Amino acid sequence: MDISNKKYDEMVKKASPPSPIFKNCIWAFGVGGAICCFGELMFKIYGMLGMDTLETRTMVSVTLIVIAAILTGIGIFDKIAKYAGAGTVVPITGFANSVVAPALEFKSEGFVMGTGANIFRVSGPVIAYGIFTSTVFGAIYYIVQRIML
Amino acid sequence: MRVGRYVLDFENRPSVAAWSAVAGKKEGEGPLGNLFDMVIDDILDGRDTWEQAESEFQKKAIGILLDKAGVKDDEVDVIFAGDLLNQCSGTGFGIRGYNIPFSGVYGACSTSVLAMINAAIAVDSGLFKRAISSTSSHFCSAEKQFRQPLEYGGQRSPTAQWTVTGAASAMIASDATNCPVIERAIIGKIVDKGVTDSANMGAAMAPAAAQTIADFLEDTGTVPDDYDIILTGDLGKVGSELLYELLENEFSLNIRKVHNDAGLMIYNLEEQDVHAGGSGCACCGVILCSKILGDLKNGKLKKALVVATGALLSSVSPLQGESIPAVAHGVLLTNGRGNDEK
Repeated sequence: MDISNKKYDEMVKKASPPSPIFKNCIWAFGVGGAICCFGELMFKIYGMLGMDTLETRTMVSVTLIVIAAILTGIGIFDKIAKYAGAGTVVPITGFANSVVAPALEFKSEGFVMGTGANIFRVSGPVIAYGIFTSTVFGAIYYIVQRIML
Repeated sequence: MRVGRYVLDFENRPSVAAWSAVAGKKEGEGPLGNLFDMVIDDILDGRDTWEQAESEFQKKAIGILLDKAGVKDDEVDVIFAGDLLNQCSGTGFGIRGYNIPFSGVYGACSTSVLAMINAAIAVDSGLFKRAISSTSSHFCSAEKQFRQPLEYGGQRSPTAQWTVTGAASAMIASDATNCPVIERAIIGKIVDKGVTDSANMGAAMAPAAAQTIADFLEDTGTVPDDYDIILTGDLGKVGSELLYELLENEFSLNIRKVHNDAGLMIYNLEEQDVHAGGSGCACCGVILCSKILGDLKNGKLKKALVVATGALLSSVSPLQGESIPAVAHGVLLTNGRGNDEK
């Protein structure tokens, strides 16, 4: 077949329907926004229960993580995420899902070599480069602070 | 005997004495669901893991096949089979209980036809009286190996295809009468046109299908209209359109009127939310071993050219920047009642 890879690539692009970006954005905005509103609501509730700001922040994250983990476990999270897309991925719910999903999936290979070895399969890059970046910026922050003083 | 450069012509016309298709719930709810020998609603089929479930599907398909053919396992001379899982483990574990010599084959989603060609060559040679060809795939085990964990909340691309859960087997025999026969076959060449998007398998495989179909037609001196159907394995919506364009632009062949794709037949694309269509070893397998062979038997079809396509990527190759090599293998099946040209 004579067709060049470049020409075929153009054919493929023409034949392949694009992702419905506008629809995806609306869904992401709606669901992501709803999750954030829920977080804000929890923030107020925990505040009313007498927690200080630092505690309420932690508790809001923990609440969202627990809910996302449970929804993943009972097989609902992926059905919501199918529509919500970035709306469920970007908040901490996406991180919780990306830890629980492989933990469940690889349970069949045992708790050590299955769940244990694969639990960070999806979230691993975020954790690794998150720690790396925070270390670098922490160091920069420290040095800049010293110079300023 | 060889016809032209690539086509094999089986002088002894090996018969497809029996066939069986076992499918999952989603496939059972598709437009051809009532044609499958068995629909298993439980995605785990009572087992503990997806991989065991896939093996169980293939075990059941072969069990049904033996029943339908009326032979015992030790009367079968060889089984050619394979699947998508590492080391073809879906097959190895599925058939370990049968007392049949085993030859593993791997052609990714083209395995159904590749195994059938192997079986036809074996039987046509006279060294084997009965040979089984078999394959399986399972949505969950394929997702686990090639994509993301099942419960991971991601979005699928509109070009993505849905791996068929099922297994299909066929009994190729030298002594059967009044059943479809395998007249010709072609083993395809690997074609890689540089597609790197593993969520667009149809696009990666369409060039291989085009090459194999064009080679087959050229070698045999036939045109698309000589066939009642040219069935491809799992090109889906995107791949089928690309196949038409490639054949028209590169080979001046128009197959639109006689073509269908198993990936488009097995699901109601919109209702069942499978995006570009079905895929997987069982996709072509269960359609071939239900609708196509059934229609050849009951006379609705006289000549069917079945070309299964396979994407020969691994779970690491896309991450290493490799493009997706693809292959397509074809068999010409006829109804076996005199081989008059259509």
